[in-house]
Amino acid sequence: MKKHLTLLATLALTASPVVAQDLTVTSFGGAYGAAQKEHMIDPFVAETGTNILFEDYGGGIAEMKAQVEAGNIQWDVVDIEVIDLERACAEGYLEVIDQSTLPDGDDGTPAADDFIEDALANECGVGNIVWSVVFAVNTENGPGPQTIAEFFDTEAFPGKRGLRKRPQVNMEWALIADGVAREDVYDLLSTEEGQARAFEKLDTIKEDIVWYDSWSQAPVLLNDGGAQMVQSANGRIFAAIQDDGAPFSIVWDSHVYDLDVWAIMKGTPNKDKAMEFIQFATRTVPLSGMQDVAYGPTRRSAQALLPESVKQDLPTAHLEEGLKADGIFWADFGESLGEKFNEWLLQ
Amino acid sequence: MTTAPHRLDPADARNAAREVRKRRLQAFLFVVPLLIFIVFAFVAPITTMLFRSVHNPTVANLVPDTLAALDDWSGETTPDETVLIQFASDMKRMANDRTSGQLADEINRALPGMSSVVKSTARSLRRVEDTEIAANGASLLLEANDRWADPATWHALRSAGQVYSSSYYLTSVDLERKADGSIAQRDTQIYVKLYIKTLRMALIITVLTIVLGYPLAFFMAQASDGLANFLMVFVLLPFWTSLLVRTTAWIALLQTNGVVNSTLMAIGVIDQPLELLYTEFSTIIAMTHILLPFMVLPLYAVMRGIDQSFMRAAISMGSRPLGAWYRIFLPMSLPGLSAGALLVFIISVGYYITPALVGGTDGQMISNIIAFHMQQSNNWELAAALGSLLLVLILLLYWLFDRLVGADNIKLG
Repeated sequence: MKKHLTLLATLALTASPVVAQDLTVTSFGGAYGAAQKEHMIDPFVAETGTNILFEDYGGGIAEMKAQVEAGNIQWDVVDIEVIDLERACAEGYLEVIDQSTLPDGDDGTPAADDFIEDALANECGVGNIVWSVVFAVNTENGPGPQTIAEFFDTEAFPGKRGLRKRPQVNMEWALIADGVAREDVYDLLSTEEGQARAFEKLDTIKEDIVWYDSWSQAPVLLNDGGAQMVQSANGRIFAAIQDDGAPFSIVWDSHVYDLDVWAIMKGTPNKDKAMEFIQFATRTVPLSGMQDVAYGPTRRSAQALLPESVKQDLPTAHLEEGLKADGIFWADFGESLGEKFNEWLLQ
Repeated sequence: MTTAPHRLDPADARNAAREVRKRRLQAFLFVVPLLIFIVFAFVAPITTMLFRSVHNPTVANLVPDTLAALDDWSGETTPDETVLIQFASDMKRMANDRTSGQLADEINRALPGMSSVVKSTARSLRRVEDTEIAANGASLLLEANDRWADPATWHALRSAGQVYSSSYYLTSVDLERKADGSIAQRDTQIYVKLYIKTLRMALIITVLTIVLGYPLAFFMAQASDGLANFLMVFVLLPFWTSLLVRTTAWIALLQTNGVVNSTLMAIGVIDQPLELLYTEFSTIIAMTHILLPFMVLPLYAVMRGIDQSFMRAAISMGSRPLGAWYRIFLPMSLPGLSAGALLVFIISVGYYITPALVGGTDGQMISNIIAFHMQQSNNWELAAALGSLLLVLILLLYWLFDRLVGADNIKLG
């Protein structure tokens, strides 16, 4: 019997070629993931000798829900959008993080003062980047629209508009284009009339919209002429301009910005190690590396490290023109507006 | 041979019976792995899904005492103080266990906008003393948010508190149960339209694969072995390339400045690029391409088995070729056609990736909205109900098909 057990054990070991991981970190991949690997994962591995499996996911909380419900936790640390963080935390998929253990900034500022306000607003996460949904124009045929109102003006600016197929951001922009002040947008959207008004405004450009499903499609649409102007995550357009010399320009008017945070999966056996990673990854220098993909660091001390030439391309330089995405609003209305949005699409 | 020829003596009969049992057992053992696989990979998930679509104990587990206290509530005014105090103490407990978010999600489904009300109320009650709640729970609750005075809020809680509920199925067909128990149309009308659209698109795709696939299979069945095998490679080629590659290839072909538009513009047929990608048209074209092998393979297999001398005999007896095909060949190839049509139709009804990538606005199918509820709204119960309804719809169509054509008439070769 003992022999059999040894045999089984040997088989089990040889059958799993992956080396046991000390920590599984999950994020969004692409250029963003590469920047995180370079500035956060690799230095942490070098310093602590921890094995890290760095995985990609597409956002949302479905996979976390599945892992916690099944009691089979595979991820330890996860990069999550604040818009999802609100729900993931309240539904018990994430550990509460003791924010007092976060290290001071490299210039000596205590963590509580060094992080920008929204970065520590939720007890389950530590802010990682500020990113933004902007619109970008292909400047080959002239400068194009410069404001959200002009983005909705199909007479002055004909051509296709690429928008991501979901209510988020589109509803906000429709109201702003209709003359609503940025600070009133979410209050108005909570009412039936406000929602109807947003759909009416979207109706005026419906024929000219090209819908897409993932951020990666936005620069492609702009590049191949599928759209004259697109909604996009700012980093994607930045990369297209920077790396491929694409003739795009970013318009910051009424951009909708949000944070990504690092969070820890509820019930992970590696909680201490996960916390150690987050403490490391949100120090001043690793955070400042996020400028590679034009996302703003969430520490003031990290912003100070950035060269002036880069700062203008980061959402953090344009916060006063922007609107903070309201995670609480979307937790309330994400599902009902999602249904209404799909109904509107079918009309 | 002196004994009666047709009688086995009891010992032989027993042996024979034992032998039969042994063979049966052997046969059974051979299929055991498959059986286990089917149970785990197919039966269990589908049963779980069906069950989830009617069974949701989340709220009942979170606030059982509040729900019990609500039993006596008239439904027309704010519930009385005992209910409010009970709920306030439940809220405090949930705020400390971090389960208030689950309640928020469930109530929000019945009454959009409640998620933040539940969460903020839970936050404000988290650190209140138990004795304080027992004394002033009702006013604390109403202070935290005045929506707790609204009967609609409590109707939402009560309906979310049902462990077994048909509400997800009602939602799947755009209906809802009002507070007085009557069933009415929902404000948002979407799912029935999507089911109809899905079935319509699946039908168009099936017809297109028949139009394209039947002549090809016919030609291959008449051709020499060498030529038929050579053509077969082209039919099978799509099978060997990844689905994503094939779909992406269609994006490259159909996009605004893609191959099709530039060619048409170069030869002067059009002067403005046509909008081809992200439409219903592109979904249908790409899916027809991807599903064509499922039509050609059964058709070809059946046609190969049809003796060609039948056609020759009919023609030699004076039938026109088309007439001979219609009266001889078509009925004989019908089993393959049925199999192919059924395969293509059923696969396309549940298709997800291609509509998501090339479908844009018009190309959405029911599977895309199921994915929305799985991944974004996290309403797995509704996703399960929508999926179950799709399953029922397919079974219904299969039954209809069986009545009209006969399931015996399906042949894959």
